[in-house]
Amino acid sequence: MMDLNLDAPHSMGTTIIGVTYNGGVVLGADSRTSTGMYVANRASDKITQLTSNVYVCRSGSAADSQVVSDYVRYFLHQHTIHLGQPATVKVSANLIRMLAYNNKPATVKVSANLIRMLAYNNKNMLQTGLIVGGWDKYEGGKIYGIPLGGTVVEQPFAIGGSGSSYLYGFFDQAWKENMTKEEAEQLVVKAVSLAIARDGASGGVVRTVIINSEGVTRNFYPGDKLQLWHEELEPQNSLLDILNAAGPEPMAI
Amino acid sequence: MTFTIPIDNGDSVKNAEADSQRTLYPYVTGTSIVAIKYKDGVLMASDMGGSYGSTLRYKNIERMKAIGKHSLLGASGEISDFQEILRYLDELVLNDNMWDDGNSLGPKEVHNYLTRVMYNRRNKFNPLWNTLVLGGVKNGESYLGMVSMIGVSFEDNHVATGFGNHLARPILRDEWHADLSFEDGVKLLEKCMRVLLYRDRSAINKLQIAKITEEGVTVSQPYSLKTFWEFKAFNNPTAGAEGSW
Repeated sequence: MMDLNLDAPHSMGTTIIGVTYNGGVVLGADSRTSTGMYVANRASDKITQLTSNVYVCRSGSAADSQVVSDYVRYFLHQHTIHLGQPATVKVSANLIRMLAYNNKPATVKVSANLIRMLAYNNKNMLQTGLIVGGWDKYEGGKIYGIPLGGTVVEQPFAIGGSGSSYLYGFFDQAWKENMTKEEAEQLVVKAVSLAIARDGASGGVVRTVIINSEGVTRNFYPGDKLQLWHEELEPQNSLLDILNAAGPEPMAI
Repeated sequence: MTFTIPIDNGDSVKNAEADSQRTLYPYVTGTSIVAIKYKDGVLMASDMGGSYGSTLRYKNIERMKAIGKHSLLGASGEISDFQEILRYLDELVLNDNMWDDGNSLGPKEVHNYLTRVMYNRRNKFNPLWNTLVLGGVKNGESYLGMVSMIGVSFEDNHVATGFGNHLARPILRDEWHADLSFEDGVKLLEKCMRVLLYRDRSAINKLQIAKITEEGVTVSQPYSLKTFWEFKAFNNPTAGAEGSW
Protein backbone atom coordinates (compact mmCIF):
# COMPACT_ATOMS: atom_id res chain seq x y z
CA MET A 1 0.00 0.00 0.00
CA MET A 2 1.37 3.43 -0.83
CA ASP A 3 2.51 5.59 2.05
CA LEU A 4 -0.33 8.07 2.50
CA ASN A 5 1.40 9.80 5.40
CA LEU A 6 -1.80 11.07 7.00
CA ASP A 7 0.20 12.35 9.97
CA ALA A 8 2.29 14.67 7.86
CA PRO A 9 2.23 18.30 8.99
CA HIS A 10 -0.49 20.38 7.34
CA SER A 11 1.16 22.07 4.41
CA MET A 12 -0.35 24.52 1.99
CA GLY A 13 1.35 23.25 -1.13
CA THR A 14 -0.08 26.17 -2.89
CA THR A 15 -0.21 28.71 -5.61
CA ILE A 16 -0.07 32.34 -4.44
CA ILE A 17 0.20 35.45 -6.59
CA GLY A 18 0.39 39.20 -6.02
CA VAL A 19 0.19 41.70 -8.85
CA THR A 20 0.32 45.51 -8.93
CA TYR A 21 -1.88 47.45 -11.31
CA ASN A 22 -2.62 51.03 -12.10
CA GLY A 23 -4.20 52.01 -8.79
CA GLY A 24 -3.62 49.12 -6.37
CA VAL A 25 -2.85 45.43 -6.05
CA VAL A 26 -4.59 42.13 -6.71
CA LEU A 27 -3.72 39.14 -4.53
CA GLY A 28 -4.74 35.61 -5.52
CA ALA A 29 -4.47 32.07 -4.15
CA ASP A 30 -5.85 28.55 -4.55
CA SER A 31 -7.69 26.87 -1.64
CA ARG A 32 -6.12 23.46 -1.09
CA THR A 33 -4.50 22.45 2.21
CA SER A 34 -3.00 18.97 2.27
CA THR A 35 -1.75 16.49 4.89
CA GLY A 36 0.54 14.26 2.84
CA MET A 37 -1.58 13.20 -0.11
CA TYR A 38 -4.94 13.85 1.59
CA VAL A 39 -6.70 17.14 0.98
CA ALA A 40 -7.45 18.24 4.53
CA ASN A 41 -9.28 21.41 3.47
CA ARG A 42 -10.52 21.98 -0.08
CA ALA A 43 -11.78 25.52 0.52
CA SER A 44 -9.12 27.21 2.66
CA ASP A 45 -8.60 30.95 2.74
CA LYS A 46 -4.90 31.68 2.32
CA ILE A 47 -5.19 35.46 1.95
CA THR A 48 -5.10 36.92 5.44
CA GLN A 49 -5.75 40.43 6.67
CA LEU A 50 -3.01 42.23 8.59
CA THR A 51 -4.57 45.68 8.67
CA SER A 52 -7.46 47.25 6.82
CA ASN A 53 -5.17 48.06 3.89
CA VAL A 54 -2.53 45.31 3.98
CA TYR A 55 -3.09 41.63 3.30
CA VAL A 56 -0.71 38.67 3.08
CA CYS A 57 -0.80 35.49 0.95
CA ARG A 58 0.47 32.48 2.90
CA SER A 59 2.21 29.34 1.63
CA GLY A 60 4.26 26.50 3.07
CA SER A 61 3.52 25.29 6.57
CA ALA A 62 -0.03 26.24 7.54
CA ALA A 63 0.91 26.57 11.20
CA ASP A 64 4.02 28.69 10.64
CA SER A 65 2.36 31.13 8.26
CA GLN A 66 -0.60 31.50 10.61
CA VAL A 67 1.55 32.29 13.64
CA VAL A 68 3.73 34.75 11.72
CA SER A 69 0.73 36.66 10.39
CA ASP A 70 -0.91 36.68 13.85
CA TYR A 71 2.20 38.24 15.44
CA VAL A 72 2.49 40.82 12.68
CA ARG A 73 -1.15 41.79 13.01
CA TYR A 74 -0.58 42.29 16.73
CA PHE A 75 2.59 44.38 16.25
CA LEU A 76 0.98 46.45 13.53
CA HIS A 77 -1.92 47.12 15.79
CA GLN A 78 0.46 48.40 18.45
CA HIS A 79 2.47 50.34 15.88
CA THR A 80 -0.67 52.10 14.85
CA ILE A 81 -1.32 53.04 18.42
CA HIS A 82 2.32 54.01 19.13
CA LEU A 83 2.35 56.48 16.31
CA GLY A 84 -0.13 58.59 18.35
CA GLN A 85 1.55 60.93 20.80
CA PRO A 86 -0.27 61.40 24.11
CA ALA A 87 -1.32 65.04 24.64
CA THR A 88 -0.38 67.14 27.80
CA VAL A 89 -1.10 70.96 27.49
CA LYS A 90 -2.54 71.92 24.14
CA VAL A 91 -5.46 69.51 24.39
CA SER A 92 -7.44 70.29 21.26
CA ALA A 93 -4.52 70.53 18.86
CA ASN A 94 -2.84 67.51 20.32
CA LEU A 95 -6.11 65.60 20.40
CA ILE A 96 -6.57 66.22 16.72
CA ARG A 97 -2.98 65.25 16.04
CA MET A 98 -3.38 62.05 18.12
CA LEU A 99 -6.48 61.14 16.22
CA ALA A 100 -4.66 61.82 12.98
CA TYR A 101 -1.75 59.63 14.05
CA ASN A 102 -3.98 56.87 15.48
CA ASN A 103 -5.90 56.65 12.25
CA LYS A 104 -2.81 56.77 10.11
CA PRO A 105 -2.79 53.49 8.21
CA ALA A 106 0.41 51.42 8.33
CA THR A 107 2.50 51.43 5.19
CA VAL A 108 2.94 48.27 3.22
CA LYS A 109 6.72 48.51 3.59
CA VAL A 110 6.52 48.42 7.38
CA SER A 111 4.38 45.28 7.33
CA ALA A 112 6.76 43.54 5.01
CA ASN A 113 9.76 44.38 7.14
CA LEU A 114 8.08 43.14 10.29
CA ILE A 115 7.47 39.83 8.61
CA ARG A 116 11.05 39.81 7.41
CA MET A 117 12.27 40.20 11.00
CA LEU A 118 10.34 37.15 12.14
CA ALA A 119 11.16 35.05 9.09
CA TYR A 120 14.88 35.83 9.04
CA ASN A 121 15.44 35.41 12.77
CA ASN A 122 13.64 32.09 12.77
CA LYS A 123 14.88 30.90 9.41
CA ASN A 124 15.89 27.49 10.67
CA MET A 125 12.49 26.77 12.06
CA LEU A 126 9.99 28.51 9.85
CA GLN A 127 8.95 27.06 6.55
CA THR A 128 6.66 29.60 5.04
CA GLY A 129 6.78 31.77 1.95
CA LEU A 130 4.66 34.92 2.00
CA ILE A 131 3.52 37.61 -0.40
CA VAL A 132 2.56 40.90 1.22
CA GLY A 133 0.36 43.27 -0.76
CA GLY A 134 -1.55 46.41 0.05
CA TRP A 135 -2.21 50.03 -0.64
CA ASP A 136 -1.11 53.09 1.31
CA LYS A 137 -1.38 56.75 0.47
CA TYR A 138 2.39 57.37 0.32
CA GLU A 139 3.38 54.76 -2.24
CA GLY A 140 0.12 53.45 -3.72
CA GLY A 141 -0.14 49.72 -4.44
CA LYS A 142 2.91 47.64 -3.48
CA ILE A 143 3.84 43.95 -3.49
CA TYR A 144 6.64 42.43 -1.41
CA GLY A 145 7.76 38.85 -1.74
CA ILE A 146 9.17 37.13 1.36
CA PRO A 147 10.49 33.67 0.48
CA LEU A 148 12.02 31.10 2.85
CA GLY A 149 14.92 32.61 4.76
CA GLY A 150 13.38 36.03 5.21
CA THR A 151 14.59 38.01 2.19
CA VAL A 152 12.28 40.92 1.35
CA VAL A 153 11.97 41.80 -2.31
CA GLU A 154 9.76 44.54 -3.64
CA GLN A 155 8.36 43.48 -7.00
CA PRO A 156 5.78 44.60 -9.55
CA PHE A 157 4.37 41.07 -9.25
CA ALA A 158 5.23 38.02 -7.16
CA ILE A 159 4.41 34.33 -7.38
CA GLY A 160 4.95 31.69 -4.73
CA GLY A 161 4.08 28.22 -3.49
CA SER A 162 4.62 24.89 -5.19
CA GLY A 163 2.29 25.80 -8.07
CA SER A 164 4.34 28.83 -8.98
CA SER A 165 6.93 26.62 -10.75
CA TYR A 166 4.44 26.27 -13.57
CA LEU A 167 3.90 30.02 -13.89
CA TYR A 168 7.33 31.52 -14.44
CA GLY A 169 7.11 31.18 -18.21
CA PHE A 170 3.50 32.32 -18.24
CA PHE A 171 4.24 35.53 -16.35
CA ASP A 172 7.37 36.24 -18.37
CA GLN A 173 5.08 36.39 -21.38
CA ALA A 174 1.79 37.72 -20.00
CA TRP A 175 2.85 40.38 -17.44
CA LYS A 176 2.71 44.02 -18.43
CA GLU A 177 2.95 47.34 -16.57
CA ASN A 178 -0.06 49.57 -15.86
CA MET A 179 -2.85 47.08 -16.31
CA THR A 180 -6.37 48.03 -15.34
CA LYS A 181 -8.01 46.47 -12.30
CA GLU A 182 -10.02 44.09 -14.49
CA GLU A 183 -6.99 43.01 -16.53
CA ALA A 184 -4.97 42.39 -13.37
CA GLU A 185 -7.66 40.28 -11.72
CA GLN A 186 -8.21 38.27 -14.90
CA LEU A 187 -4.48 37.62 -15.11
CA VAL A 188 -4.36 36.38 -11.51
CA VAL A 189 -7.40 34.11 -11.88
CA LYS A 190 -6.04 32.69 -15.15
CA ALA A 191 -2.62 32.05 -13.58
CA VAL A 192 -3.91 30.32 -10.43
CA SER A 193 -6.23 28.23 -12.58
CA LEU A 194 -3.32 27.16 -14.84
CA ALA A 195 -1.24 26.20 -11.81
CA ILE A 196 -4.13 24.21 -10.34
CA ALA A 197 -4.33 22.27 -13.61
CA ARG A 198 -0.76 21.00 -13.20
CA ASP A 199 0.14 21.13 -9.50
CA GLY A 200 -1.34 18.31 -7.43
CA ALA A 201 -0.74 20.36 -4.30
CA SER A 202 -2.97 23.21 -5.51
CA GLY A 203 -6.68 23.01 -6.16
CA GLY A 204 -10.18 23.97 -5.15
CA VAL A 205 -11.38 27.50 -5.69
CA VAL A 206 -9.53 30.69 -6.67
CA ARG A 207 -9.78 33.49 -4.14
CA THR A 208 -8.75 37.05 -4.98
CA VAL A 209 -8.45 40.19 -2.88
CA ILE A 210 -8.27 43.58 -4.60
CA ILE A 211 -6.84 46.46 -2.51
CA ASN A 212 -6.84 50.07 -3.64
CA SER A 213 -7.61 53.58 -2.42
CA GLU A 214 -11.29 52.74 -2.23
CA GLY A 215 -10.87 49.71 0.02
CA VAL A 216 -10.83 45.94 -0.20
CA THR A 217 -12.87 43.56 -2.40
CA ARG A 218 -12.88 39.78 -1.93
CA ASN A 219 -13.82 37.48 -4.81
CA PHE A 220 -14.45 33.77 -5.10
CA TYR A 221 -14.19 31.66 -8.26
CA PRO A 222 -15.25 28.01 -7.74
CA GLY A 223 -13.41 25.29 -9.68
CA ASP A 224 -16.24 24.65 -12.09
CA LYS A 225 -16.48 28.31 -13.15
CA LEU A 226 -12.90 28.49 -14.41
CA GLN A 227 -11.76 28.28 -18.02
CA LEU A 228 -10.92 24.81 -19.36
CA TRP A 229 -7.31 24.13 -20.30
CA HIS A 230 -5.55 21.53 -22.47
CA GLU A 231 -7.03 18.05 -22.13
CA GLU A 232 -9.68 19.25 -19.70
CA LEU A 233 -13.32 18.49 -20.49
CA GLU A 234 -16.69 20.15 -19.88
CA PRO A 235 -18.07 18.81 -16.58
CA GLN A 236 -21.16 16.58 -16.67
CA ASN A 237 -23.61 15.36 -14.08
CA SER A 238 -23.09 11.72 -14.99
CA LEU A 239 -21.98 9.33 -17.74
CA LEU A 240 -25.65 8.32 -17.96
CA ASP A 241 -26.51 11.77 -19.34
CA ILE A 242 -23.93 11.36 -22.09
CA LEU A 243 -25.13 7.87 -22.95
CA ASN A 244 -28.78 8.91 -23.07
CA ALA A 245 -28.15 12.07 -25.05
CA ALA A 246 -25.78 10.68 -27.66
CA GLY A 247 -26.61 8.49 -30.67
CA PRO A 248 -26.49 4.70 -31.01
CA GLU A 249 -22.91 3.80 -30.10
CA PRO A 250 -21.40 6.18 -27.53
CA MET A 251 -19.45 3.49 -25.66
CA ALA A 252 -16.68 2.54 -28.06
CA ILE A 253 -13.79 0.17 -27.42
CA MET B 1 13.14 -11.29 -27.10
CA THR B 2 14.03 -8.75 -24.44
CA PHE B 3 17.01 -6.49 -24.74
CA THR B 4 18.85 -5.53 -21.58
CA ILE B 5 22.26 -3.94 -21.56
CA PRO B 6 24.52 -6.56 -19.97
CA ILE B 7 26.04 -5.15 -16.81
CA ASP B 8 27.12 -7.64 -14.18
CA ASN B 9 27.35 -5.97 -10.80
CA GLY B 10 26.91 -9.17 -8.85
CA ASP B 11 24.66 -9.77 -5.90
CA SER B 12 22.04 -7.02 -5.71
CA VAL B 13 21.29 -7.58 -2.02
CA LYS B 14 24.83 -6.81 -0.84
CA ASN B 15 26.12 -4.66 -3.71
CA ALA B 16 24.67 -1.14 -3.97
CA GLU B 17 25.56 -0.66 -7.64
CA ALA B 18 23.57 -3.70 -8.62
CA ASP B 19 20.53 -1.96 -7.18
CA SER B 20 20.47 0.30 -10.19
CA GLN B 21 18.78 -2.58 -11.97
CA ARG B 22 15.82 -2.91 -9.66
CA THR B 23 12.81 -0.68 -9.16
CA LEU B 24 13.43 1.55 -6.17
CA TYR B 25 10.56 4.02 -6.48
CA PRO B 26 7.84 4.86 -8.94
CA TYR B 27 8.05 7.84 -11.34
CA VAL B 28 4.89 8.24 -13.39
CA THR B 29 1.97 6.97 -11.35
CA GLY B 30 -1.75 6.44 -11.72
CA THR B 31 -4.02 6.91 -8.74
CA SER B 32 -7.10 4.92 -7.57
CA ILE B 33 -9.14 2.32 -9.42
CA VAL B 34 -12.67 1.55 -8.12
CA ALA B 35 -14.61 -1.51 -9.30
CA ILE B 36 -17.88 -3.25 -8.42
CA LYS B 37 -19.82 -6.32 -9.48
CA TYR B 38 -23.26 -5.54 -10.84
CA LYS B 39 -26.18 -7.36 -12.40
CA ASP B 40 -24.62 -8.07 -15.82
CA GLY B 41 -20.95 -8.25 -14.84
CA VAL B 42 -18.37 -5.79 -13.55
CA LEU B 43 -18.07 -1.99 -13.68
CA MET B 44 -14.70 -0.29 -13.22
CA ALA B 45 -13.76 3.39 -13.00
CA SER B 46 -10.45 5.20 -13.21
CA ASP B 47 -9.22 8.69 -13.97
CA MET B 48 -6.85 9.36 -16.84
CA GLY B 49 -4.03 11.00 -14.94
CA GLY B 50 -0.33 10.12 -14.87
CA SER B 51 1.35 12.06 -12.06
CA TYR B 52 5.07 12.77 -12.01
CA GLY B 53 5.60 13.34 -8.30
CA SER B 54 3.24 16.16 -7.45
CA THR B 55 3.01 17.39 -11.06
CA LEU B 56 -0.11 16.32 -12.96
CA ARG B 57 1.97 15.61 -16.01
CA TYR B 58 -0.12 13.37 -18.29
CA LYS B 59 -3.86 13.67 -18.65
CA ASN B 60 -4.74 11.09 -21.26
CA ILE B 61 -3.53 7.81 -19.85
CA GLU B 62 -5.87 4.82 -20.18
CA ARG B 63 -5.41 2.74 -17.06
CA MET B 64 -8.02 0.10 -17.91
CA LYS B 65 -7.50 -2.41 -20.71
CA ALA B 66 -9.35 -5.46 -22.05
CA ILE B 67 -7.49 -8.76 -21.68
CA GLY B 68 -8.59 -11.51 -24.04
CA LYS B 69 -12.36 -11.89 -24.39
CA HIS B 70 -13.39 -12.22 -20.79
CA SER B 71 -11.30 -9.90 -18.64
CA LEU B 72 -10.69 -6.23 -17.85
CA LEU B 73 -7.50 -5.08 -16.12
CA GLY B 74 -7.17 -1.81 -14.25
CA ALA B 75 -3.90 -0.62 -12.75
CA SER B 76 -2.71 2.02 -10.33
CA GLY B 77 0.95 2.77 -9.59
CA GLU B 78 3.88 2.97 -11.99
CA ILE B 79 2.63 3.25 -15.58
CA SER B 80 5.73 1.73 -17.18
CA ASP B 81 5.28 -1.41 -15.06
CA PHE B 82 1.62 -1.55 -16.11
CA GLN B 83 2.73 -1.39 -19.75
CA GLU B 84 5.17 -4.23 -19.10
CA ILE B 85 2.37 -6.31 -17.56
CA LEU B 86 0.25 -5.68 -20.65
CA ARG B 87 3.10 -7.08 -22.76
CA TYR B 88 3.27 -10.23 -20.59
CA LEU B 89 -0.50 -10.65 -20.88
CA ASP B 90 -0.36 -10.15 -24.66
CA GLU B 91 2.04 -13.07 -24.85
CA LEU B 92 -0.17 -15.14 -22.54
CA VAL B 93 -3.26 -14.51 -24.66
CA LEU B 94 -1.35 -15.16 -27.88
CA ASN B 95 -0.16 -18.54 -26.66
CA ASP B 96 -3.65 -19.35 -25.48
CA ASN B 97 -5.06 -18.56 -28.92
CA MET B 98 -2.40 -20.62 -30.67
CA TRP B 99 -3.81 -23.78 -29.07
CA ASP B 100 -6.85 -23.11 -31.25
CA ASP B 101 -8.93 -25.41 -29.10
CA GLY B 102 -12.00 -23.29 -28.51
CA ASN B 103 -10.98 -22.52 -24.92
CA SER B 104 -10.08 -19.03 -23.82
CA LEU B 105 -8.50 -17.60 -20.69
CA GLY B 106 -11.06 -16.54 -18.11
CA PRO B 107 -10.69 -13.88 -15.41
CA LYS B 108 -9.82 -16.47 -12.70
CA GLU B 109 -6.89 -17.70 -14.77
CA VAL B 110 -5.61 -14.22 -15.59
CA HIS B 111 -5.87 -13.20 -11.94
CA ASN B 112 -3.92 -16.26 -10.88
CA TYR B 113 -1.21 -15.58 -13.47
CA LEU B 114 -0.86 -11.98 -12.30
CA THR B 115 -0.67 -13.07 -8.66
CA ARG B 116 2.22 -15.41 -9.46
CA VAL B 117 4.05 -12.72 -11.47
CA MET B 118 3.65 -10.04 -8.76
CA TYR B 119 4.61 -12.33 -5.89
CA ASN B 120 7.66 -13.73 -7.64
CA ARG B 121 8.93 -10.24 -8.52
CA ARG B 122 8.44 -9.23 -4.88
CA ASN B 123 10.54 -12.18 -3.76
CA LYS B 124 13.36 -10.97 -6.00
CA PHE B 125 13.16 -7.48 -4.45
CA ASN B 126 12.28 -6.10 -7.87
CA PRO B 127 8.54 -5.47 -7.72
CA LEU B 128 6.23 -4.30 -10.43
CA TRP B 129 5.05 -1.17 -8.67
CA ASN B 130 1.32 -1.57 -9.26
CA THR B 131 -1.92 -2.53 -7.60
CA LEU B 132 -3.99 -4.37 -10.19
CA VAL B 133 -7.76 -4.88 -10.40
CA LEU B 134 -8.97 -7.78 -12.51
CA GLY B 135 -12.65 -8.06 -13.41
CA GLY B 136 -14.42 -10.35 -15.82
CA VAL B 137 -17.35 -12.55 -16.80
CA LYS B 138 -17.16 -16.08 -18.14
CA ASN B 139 -20.02 -18.53 -18.59
CA GLY B 140 -22.37 -16.24 -16.73
CA GLU B 141 -20.17 -15.97 -13.65
CA SER B 142 -18.85 -12.54 -12.64
CA TYR B 143 -15.40 -12.27 -11.14
CA LEU B 144 -13.62 -9.38 -9.42
CA GLY B 145 -10.21 -9.56 -7.77
CA MET B 146 -7.15 -7.50 -6.82
CA VAL B 147 -3.35 -8.07 -6.64
CA SER B 148 -0.93 -5.72 -4.93
CA MET B 149 2.77 -5.10 -5.62
CA ILE B 150 3.75 -7.44 -2.81
CA GLY B 151 1.56 -10.24 -4.10
CA VAL B 152 -1.43 -9.90 -1.76
CA SER B 153 -4.32 -11.28 -3.78
CA PHE B 154 -8.05 -11.69 -3.12
CA GLU B 155 -11.54 -11.49 -4.62
CA ASP B 156 -14.48 -9.43 -3.49
CA ASN B 157 -17.76 -7.85 -4.62
CA HIS B 158 -16.18 -4.41 -4.67
CA VAL B 159 -12.53 -3.32 -4.65
CA ALA B 160 -10.55 -0.12 -4.71
CA THR B 161 -6.84 0.75 -4.89
CA GLY B 162 -4.75 3.57 -3.42
CA PHE B 163 -6.78 6.36 -1.91
CA GLY B 164 -9.92 4.52 -2.99
CA ASN B 165 -9.23 2.08 -0.14
CA HIS B 166 -9.80 4.86 2.37
CA LEU B 167 -12.41 6.97 0.65
CA ALA B 168 -14.36 4.74 -1.74
CA ARG B 169 -14.61 1.44 0.15
CA PRO B 170 -16.66 2.85 3.06
CA ILE B 171 -19.16 4.20 0.54
CA LEU B 172 -19.25 0.85 -1.26
CA ARG B 173 -19.71 -1.08 1.99
CA ASP B 174 -22.73 1.04 2.75
CA GLU B 175 -24.34 1.25 -0.65
CA TRP B 176 -23.32 -1.77 -2.71
CA HIS B 177 -25.81 -4.58 -3.00
CA ALA B 178 -26.14 -7.58 -5.30
CA ASP B 179 -27.82 -7.13 -8.69
CA LEU B 180 -27.22 -3.43 -9.11
CA SER B 181 -28.54 -2.12 -12.40
CA PHE B 182 -26.12 -0.47 -14.85
CA GLU B 183 -27.47 3.00 -14.01
CA ASP B 184 -27.21 2.48 -10.24
CA GLY B 185 -23.74 1.00 -10.64
CA VAL B 186 -22.51 3.97 -12.66
CA LYS B 187 -24.01 6.43 -10.17
CA LEU B 188 -22.34 4.59 -7.28
CA LEU B 189 -18.94 4.65 -9.00
CA GLU B 190 -19.34 8.34 -9.86
CA LYS B 191 -20.14 9.08 -6.21
CA CYS B 192 -16.84 7.43 -5.24
CA MET B 193 -14.88 9.17 -8.00
CA ARG B 194 -16.24 12.58 -7.02
CA VAL B 195 -15.07 12.14 -3.41
CA LEU B 196 -11.66 11.10 -4.72
CA LEU B 197 -11.59 14.21 -6.90
CA TYR B 198 -12.17 16.40 -3.86
CA ARG B 199 -9.78 14.66 -1.50
CA ASP B 200 -6.98 12.92 -3.46
CA ARG B 201 -4.19 15.27 -4.48
CA SER B 202 -3.24 13.16 -7.47
CA ALA B 203 -6.73 12.81 -8.93
CA ILE B 204 -7.72 14.69 -12.08
CA ASN B 205 -11.18 15.50 -13.37
CA LYS B 206 -11.18 13.28 -16.41
CA LEU B 207 -12.38 9.73 -16.03
CA GLN B 208 -13.52 6.65 -17.82
CA ILE B 209 -15.95 3.94 -16.78
CA ALA B 210 -15.53 0.46 -18.25
CA LYS B 211 -17.99 -2.36 -18.20
CA ILE B 212 -17.47 -6.03 -18.84
CA THR B 213 -20.34 -8.43 -19.45
CA GLU B 214 -20.78 -11.77 -21.20
CA GLU B 215 -20.81 -9.81 -24.48
CA GLY B 216 -17.40 -8.24 -23.91
CA VAL B 217 -15.62 -5.09 -22.79
CA THR B 218 -16.63 -1.50 -23.45
CA VAL B 219 -14.65 1.48 -22.18
CA SER B 220 -16.52 4.78 -22.14
CA GLN B 221 -15.28 8.01 -23.71
CA PRO B 222 -13.35 10.24 -21.31
CA TYR B 223 -15.56 12.72 -19.44
CA SER B 224 -15.49 15.12 -16.46
CA LEU B 225 -17.68 15.32 -13.39
CA LYS B 226 -19.37 18.43 -12.03
CA THR B 227 -18.12 19.45 -8.60
CA PHE B 228 -19.88 21.40 -5.89
CA TRP B 229 -18.34 24.49 -4.24
CA GLU B 230 -21.36 26.53 -3.24
CA PHE B 231 -21.46 25.74 0.49
CA LYS B 232 -21.92 29.04 2.30
CA ALA B 233 -19.03 28.18 4.57
CA PHE B 234 -16.71 28.06 1.58
CA ASN B 235 -17.42 31.62 0.59
CA ASN B 236 -15.73 33.43 3.44
CA PRO B 237 -14.34 30.84 5.86
CA THR B 238 -12.15 33.17 7.87
CA ALA B 239 -14.71 35.87 8.59
CA GLY B 240 -14.55 36.26 12.35
CA ALA B 241 -11.31 34.28 12.66
CA GLU B 242 -8.80 36.23 10.64
CA GLY B 243 -5.64 34.24 10.03
CA SER B 244 -7.21 30.82 10.24
CA TRP B 245 -7.95 28.67 7.23
